[in-house]
Amino acid sequence: MTVQYDYIEMKFPSSAEYVGLIRLTLSGVLSRAGATYDQIEDSKIAVSEAVTNAVKHAYGEETTGDVLVGFAVYEDKVEIIVADHGQSFNYEDVRKELGPYTEDDNVNYLKEGGLGLFLIETLMDEVYLKKDPGVTISMTKFINESQVHSNGETIVNR
Amino acid sequence: MNIDTMEKEQEYLIILDGELDVYTAPELQKVLDPIRQNGSHDVKIDLTNVSYVDSTGLGIFVGTLKELNQHDRELHVTGVSSRILRLFEITGLRDLMHINEKSEVE
Repeated sequence: MTVQYDYIEMKFPSSAEYVGLIRLTLSGVLSRAGATYDQIEDSKIAVSEAVTNAVKHAYGEETTGDVLVGFAVYEDKVEIIVADHGQSFNYEDVRKELGPYTEDDNVNYLKEGGLGLFLIETLMDEVYLKKDPGVTISMTKFINESQVHSNGETIVNR
Repeated sequence: MNIDTMEKEQEYLIILDGELDVYTAPELQKVLDPIRQNGSHDVKIDLTNVSYVDSTGLGIFVGTLKELNQHDRELHVTGVSSRILRLFEITGLRDLMHINEKSEVE
């Protein structure tokens, strides 16, 4: 069975001035997808942190490259991917390569990102990180849900 | 981001307007550097008109707090909205500095 989603991609220079633009775009995408105010605000912080890390660390002080942000809008979730290696990526391929990040990845990333990855982890529902080439981070926010209760029963709100 | 600085007898009141993120944080840093190095005043930063704060902004608050504490001075953050308060809470910063939801902007 194929899962349906719309995919939107942005590519921008790795310069701090564009981080605000990503937040605006994300707001629009999430709002259109039916996310609540809190879901939008949490995602704005998380995605902003990921983009900030990419802008600050991917290319160093003197050189600039591109940062890619992809939004995959599903019926019940939005997945946001931030990649800093400056090449267009195939969403399905990147998706397959991502896995839960390990303790080692985490330590390295935190050294550079400070509170950034902590906020991403805390504010998003699913986070995956892939390193090499560059850093690719995938963040998912569930919306319009079917919520799964602690007893495993699925409740669909429509 | 717009930054207004007012010197009062014992404190500097710094009123921010806009978004405090990786792009605008260096402007605030530039304003705070001489004040925190001097250490002769408390610092009150008002966020009433700030719609967004990121980890770079939080980092500046932490750095300022550390340096002011060395001079026995205090950092107050005022006009904190519920969204931004949540950020201070989840990062554990709420317990480290004086956070007030009341606005200092007239």
